[in-house]
Amino acid sequence: MTDLTAGTATPPIRRRVDITSPEAQAAIRRRYRAEARFKAYGLLAILTAAVFLTVLLVDVGTKAFPAFTTHSLQLDVAIPNDLVAPEQKNDPVAIRTADYLPVMRDTLRTAIPGVQGRGPERTLIRLISTGAADDIRERIVANPALIGTTIKAPLLLSDDADLYFKGAGTPIVVRPSRGVATPSDTSGSITITAPGNDFSENLVSVKLVMAERANALLADAERTSRSTAPNAAERAAELRKEATELAARANDRTAAETLDSRLPSLLVGINGGLVKISQLAADRIEGDVLLPLSSTNESQAGNWRILTYTTPESSRKITDLEVALLERFKANAQVERSFNWRFFTSGDSREPELAGIRGAIVGTALTLIVTLILCLPIGVAAAIYLEEFAPKNRFTDLIEVNINNLAAVPSIVFGLLGLAMFLNFFGLPRSAPLVGGLVLALLVLPTIIIASRAALKAVPPSIKEAALGVGASHQQAVFHHVLPLAMPGIMTGTIIGMAHALGETAPLLMIGMVAFIVDVPGGITDAATVLPVQIYLWSDLPELAFQAKTAGAIVVLLVFLFVMNGTAIWLRKRFERRW
Amino acid sequence: MSTKFFTTAAAMAAVGIVGFADAASARDQIRVVGSSTVYPFTTAVAEQIGKTGGIKTPVVESTGTGGGFKLFCAGVGVGHPDITNASRAMRKSEFDDCTKNGVTDVVEVKVGIDGLTIAQSKAGPALKLTLEQAFLALAEQVPDKDGKLVANPYKNWSDIDPSLPNVKIEVLGPPPTSGTRDAFHELIMEPGAEKIPALAALKKSDRKAFDGAWKSIRKDGAYVEAGENDNVIVQKLEANRNAFGIFGYSFLEENAAKLRGVPLNGVAPEYDAIAAGKYAGARPLFIYVKKQHVGVIPGLDKFVGEYVSSKAMSKDGYLALKGLISLPPAEAKTISANATAMKALTASDVK
Repeated sequence: MTDLTAGTATPPIRRRVDITSPEAQAAIRRRYRAEARFKAYGLLAILTAAVFLTVLLVDVGTKAFPAFTTHSLQLDVAIPNDLVAPEQKNDPVAIRTADYLPVMRDTLRTAIPGVQGRGPERTLIRLISTGAADDIRERIVANPALIGTTIKAPLLLSDDADLYFKGAGTPIVVRPSRGVATPSDTSGSITITAPGNDFSENLVSVKLVMAERANALLADAERTSRSTAPNAAERAAELRKEATELAARANDRTAAETLDSRLPSLLVGINGGLVKISQLAADRIEGDVLLPLSSTNESQAGNWRILTYTTPESSRKITDLEVALLERFKANAQVERSFNWRFFTSGDSREPELAGIRGAIVGTALTLIVTLILCLPIGVAAAIYLEEFAPKNRFTDLIEVNINNLAAVPSIVFGLLGLAMFLNFFGLPRSAPLVGGLVLALLVLPTIIIASRAALKAVPPSIKEAALGVGASHQQAVFHHVLPLAMPGIMTGTIIGMAHALGETAPLLMIGMVAFIVDVPGGITDAATVLPVQIYLWSDLPELAFQAKTAGAIVVLLVFLFVMNGTAIWLRKRFERRW
Repeated sequence: MSTKFFTTAAAMAAVGIVGFADAASARDQIRVVGSSTVYPFTTAVAEQIGKTGGIKTPVVESTGTGGGFKLFCAGVGVGHPDITNASRAMRKSEFDDCTKNGVTDVVEVKVGIDGLTIAQSKAGPALKLTLEQAFLALAEQVPDKDGKLVANPYKNWSDIDPSLPNVKIEVLGPPPTSGTRDAFHELIMEPGAEKIPALAALKKSDRKAFDGAWKSIRKDGAYVEAGENDNVIVQKLEANRNAFGIFGYSFLEENAAKLRGVPLNGVAPEYDAIAAGKYAGARPLFIYVKKQHVGVIPGLDKFVGEYVSSKAMSKDGYLALKGLISLPPAEAKTISANATAMKALTASDVK
């Protein structure tokens, strides 16, 4: 066009953009750059999301890992003949109610002989779980002939002992000896003399710590002296005095020192026993026997050792005696690590090593079944009516708007509704999957109705019209032709709605499902809890071992969600028809 | 379609009837509601009685102290809980509510002590506080030189007293809905405020203004509401060595490897100090039992008996292992006797 009109007097209608002009070129480049930027933003967004997801999964996964293994002691358990009266030997009730604590105690005593006194014995028995006897009880109930025999059985360790083997203990440094050592006794408080100055290195490190503490005290004194509090000057003077004394002792390289629980623990392994050092000099120590010595013979260089439990006793949950006992079991190859089946086969417990998620899984299944039975037929029927049969008027518009609103109502509101209606008005039982299912059905019903209507709408009108054309009634056309074709979409919507219900805890709080329930529920009116609630409850408990359990339960919940969403995708892929 | 509707309606009716029938029949399982602070201990007793007591394991709900009393006092009968956990004593209003609804015989059992602790990472600068300093660090309004209440000006601990470390005041604690937060105000903020002369004078002249002072916590970021979950606070303290956290003693005990308790008035939060009542942040924990349900719900008296037995409640008992601080033996004995005898509360016992 420009060519034709070129050279005429009146200027032609000029192209407003000359694509060859530098400005136009710049504009084009700008457009390309904008597009590239947008792509980069998109990629960045997806990458960020992927990073977050990976971090979440890796974090949960690594935290959950310890929950799936457990440690137990493989010991010979002697089942005494007098466990039950002779005439009751085949009576399961008597066997079940027999006292197994003495059996456990004797087993442990035999495994580590020489642990004496009430305190140490209690420590020993507390290493194993209070549920350790349960397995043995079940075995004997199943086979009463075991009474009077010795069986090899795993005794489940308590949570702290289990965590010790999972790395929550202390590093142990072993140093061989250079000189001869002589213990004064085999048990109680004893003295060990070692003329070869074997302990001098340890003494030096203790003195170093003392010097550090003296410095810290001085700094404290310095700060206190600046305080405005009335007795600050006196307190500062006191602290300074303490610091000077401490520094003097730290500088005296030969004086004996008393160890406290804020220092790393020092122990001597000698003559088959273990002595915890309480007072330390370069050539002699005083200490308490943790594991008894076999004799008071002098031990040659290299035959005895100095052990350091690097983490101070006050900084760990497990005492020196417990560490010593567990290390002894480990040295005897009696500690066994195995897959934690109990996590999947038992209900909740306050003992982390006994707690399992079976109760929560069964509760979840029961609740979701009730939800599904209620909301699938109601939701689909409502969707069909609204989509295919309902007249379009103000009233149906109102219903439609309200269904959409309902989908956005916070879930706690449904819980309150459940409390007011199902519990207080209908008098249904508290904490029951029945009520939980009813509440969750209310929660997911709008989702299912909306998804089903969308699926029905997506079926081309020609299908229905063809059916009507050959004489089918409206209902026949819908049920024989439209509904089957919409089914994959309805299923997908339903499964996603159910997955939503699977993750809810807030509405369940109101109806009493946030509860400690040990027994695995047997029906929809038994007290039960669900997986997300179990996670919430465990996460709030002080015991460290429950943190792994929490993560473990999260993994199980995630697996459930993946499976459900995967099924939804599979259904869609498998049955979806495109027009 | 109509058939489908009919089926659904029939199914709903059926479920409804099943539920009805079940609720109407007698309940053979003890139901406990209430405080999440007492929950870890009551659940331990529940599990124990379920294993050895020959009754079904009681169901223990975690609803919070206030919510627990509401449910507990709603009435007598199988539809209402038998026991409620409480991290504070029952209030007069709650007692009246109970009486109004026919819950006239309520047995109060003090089961032990919980230590409300302020803790920090072991890697951080050691802090020792007086209650007064704690108040000055966290109150929304503090008295200035002339004793007039002004917005809290302190940014760093050392601004309060030069002997304190020169780090930013950052305290993570529970939100106002938590019973632990109430206890923090009552045990630490109020006595702390009383120690300050200007506020002590205010208490005499204007009680309401004084209460307002210790009941409000600063909102300028020095106090961070970290949610109800104490483990979250513990994890945040591990990550931030200069921060401080407020939570129950059992969490401090369990995380002794990484955390250190802040001494209050020179007393560190340790088992013996809390048990002896020397530590300022000690508070009693209770369970309240509906006496009218004894004999109706099987095993209720057994459950209470187990709770107050020395096997559970003493210094060597299994509740102490769970972090509950036991009562002095003499007091425990009286409480145990009263609980076994099911001595009900009277209106004069509550305030």
